[in-house]
Amino acid sequence: MRERRESGDDRGVSIATAPPRATRPTRGRMVAGVARGLADHLHLPVWLVRVAFVVMALAGGMGIVMYAAFWAVLPLAPDAAGDATSEADVARARSSDFTRLLALAGVVIGVALLLAAMGVSAIGGAVVPIVIALVGAALVWQQADDDQRSTWSATAARAARETAGTTAQAGRWRIVVGIGLVVLGLIGLLVSRTGPAAAVQALATALLLLAGIGLVVFPWAYRRWREQQDQRRALIRSEERAEIAAHVHDSVLQTLTLIQRNAADPREVARLARTEERALRSWLYAPEGDPSRTFAARLLRDAAEVEAAYSATLDVVTVGDGTIDATLGALLAATREAMVNAARHGGGIASVYAEVDDTSAEVFVRDRGPGFDPTAVPADRHGLRDSVIGRMERNGGTVVVASTVGSGTEIRLRIARPMEGGA
Amino acid sequence: MQRLTVVLVDDHAMVRSGVRAELGDAVEIVGEAGDVDEAVRVILATKPDVVLLDVHLPGGDGRSVLDACVDQVPNTRFLALSVSDAPEDVVAVVRGGARGYVTKTISGPELLDSVRRIADGDAVFSPRLAGFVLDAFTGGVAESDDELDRLTPREREVMRLIARGYTYREVAAELVLSIKTVETHVSAVLRKLQLSDRHELTRWASARRII
Repeated sequence: MRERRESGDDRGVSIATAPPRATRPTRGRMVAGVARGLADHLHLPVWLVRVAFVVMALAGGMGIVMYAAFWAVLPLAPDAAGDATSEADVARARSSDFTRLLALAGVVIGVALLLAAMGVSAIGGAVVPIVIALVGAALVWQQADDDQRSTWSATAARAARETAGTTAQAGRWRIVVGIGLVVLGLIGLLVSRTGPAAAVQALATALLLLAGIGLVVFPWAYRRWREQQDQRRALIRSEERAEIAAHVHDSVLQTLTLIQRNAADPREVARLARTEERALRSWLYAPEGDPSRTFAARLLRDAAEVEAAYSATLDVVTVGDGTIDATLGALLAATREAMVNAARHGGGIASVYAEVDDTSAEVFVRDRGPGFDPTAVPADRHGLRDSVIGRMERNGGTVVVASTVGSGTEIRLRIARPMEGGA
Repeated sequence: MQRLTVVLVDDHAMVRSGVRAELGDAVEIVGEAGDVDEAVRVILATKPDVVLLDVHLPGGDGRSVLDACVDQVPNTRFLALSVSDAPEDVVAVVRGGARGYVTKTISGPELLDSVRRIADGDAVFSPRLAGFVLDAFTGGVAESDDELDRLTPREREVMRLIARGYTYREVAAELVLSIKTVETHVSAVLRKLQLSDRHELTRWASARRII
């Protein structure tokens, strides 16, 4: 017996907070998940519910009717956080398809045999066609379930699109086979009741009728479908708008309020505006890397932090990028120190330029401050000697400090990057 | 000396008045426009020396203005002025015919300097634009025979210094060149940026047009 209970417990927790409502789970089910859903809802072992259904089915067929009614009424449970979209789940669902089909066929054949045994004379020799039609109908029903589930999956994660594609194909085949079985069964029923000649005539009538109904229903169904599409698009748009509104409220409006409150302090106003600009920019033009992993993203974040701490303006330009390793880590630490120096002593405005390629990395931090004589480093520049020069030299890098009194300072950092796998 | 004539194109009246105040009496502002259609009308009517062009405009973007005007006013130079750092914005307007790109955080004197430079037919590169150029022309593609697809070592040096925040004068001093030579190099790079088929450039530009 295929038992997969791992998601059942999670569901129990989430149901505890929401008003309890029975649903049909997508996993750990034999036919359509009715027994599993009821068992979860009533906190009963699932086998008990299943046995109850079977007993009721045998005792006059009530179980079948109830099962069908619950199938129609109980909504399908959405999976938590799209966990049904992983490839393992898709594979599992596919392998369990066969089991479920067997179970389904067993149920239907059981009903048919039951009816036959009960001697329902009206049906007479038509047991086989009815069984075929019922199996077909059950197939189509179950596919409707799976379609609903895959709609959720699709919104939860697009990663499973390829696997979803093959699933959709299999689903189409199931629908075709299901419809085919239903039609076959009904035709068989017809033939067995009336004989071939009358059956053809009846079929023609039925087809004509179907065509008529289709003609009437199609425009309405099409319009409904279009409306649904429009609604979905409108929903997406309003969600986007809500997200932007939330962001603007959290960041821009807050900053504007702070600016009004600090209107008398131009330095603070400039700092607030600059910080907000950075935040908004990184939100609009989503940063291309993760600051904990890639060089350029980390440099931008460090610069933003230095700006915020020292009310400075740092214009950062990066060319190339790399994953942070020991070498780039040392360069980043030295760069940060150089930026702090520029922010504190360099007049508050500095240009930072970084270039990273496979063999080396360079950073230039240039300010337009008063400048100094590098041969006579003042006492307050010990940070430069220890944190910048010392750190770079320990990692095999070089530092050039170019400063002219009156026209600013440029700190040039250069470090060789170890080859892949070597050194 | 005749004052330079300038048209301001920006959809924010506050930005326009700010720029107008910063440029002051040094240039003559002959027109302003807030959207694409108005901009095209004003530029064609006044034929200014320089157009300061915002990248994002209602009814299109800076690129649409360039497409509509560039051929009809051959003596007008366009300088893109934007808050956007996105490479596709920058590259799109430069490939559309703008002779330079500066961000709105530029100081008044620097902006005036840029306007004068543009009017003289030179190119104006912000550090960021220089960075984009280096990014786009570095690595990736195997060595191409087309000289448009490569920067000369000298051009690369000039671009790197501009990216490091050097002014043209400082670049000239650093490389022991005349300012005129630096300007020539920058103009050559601008031409490559506008004409090269390097896929990074076309990718940026086409991405912008699709959006």
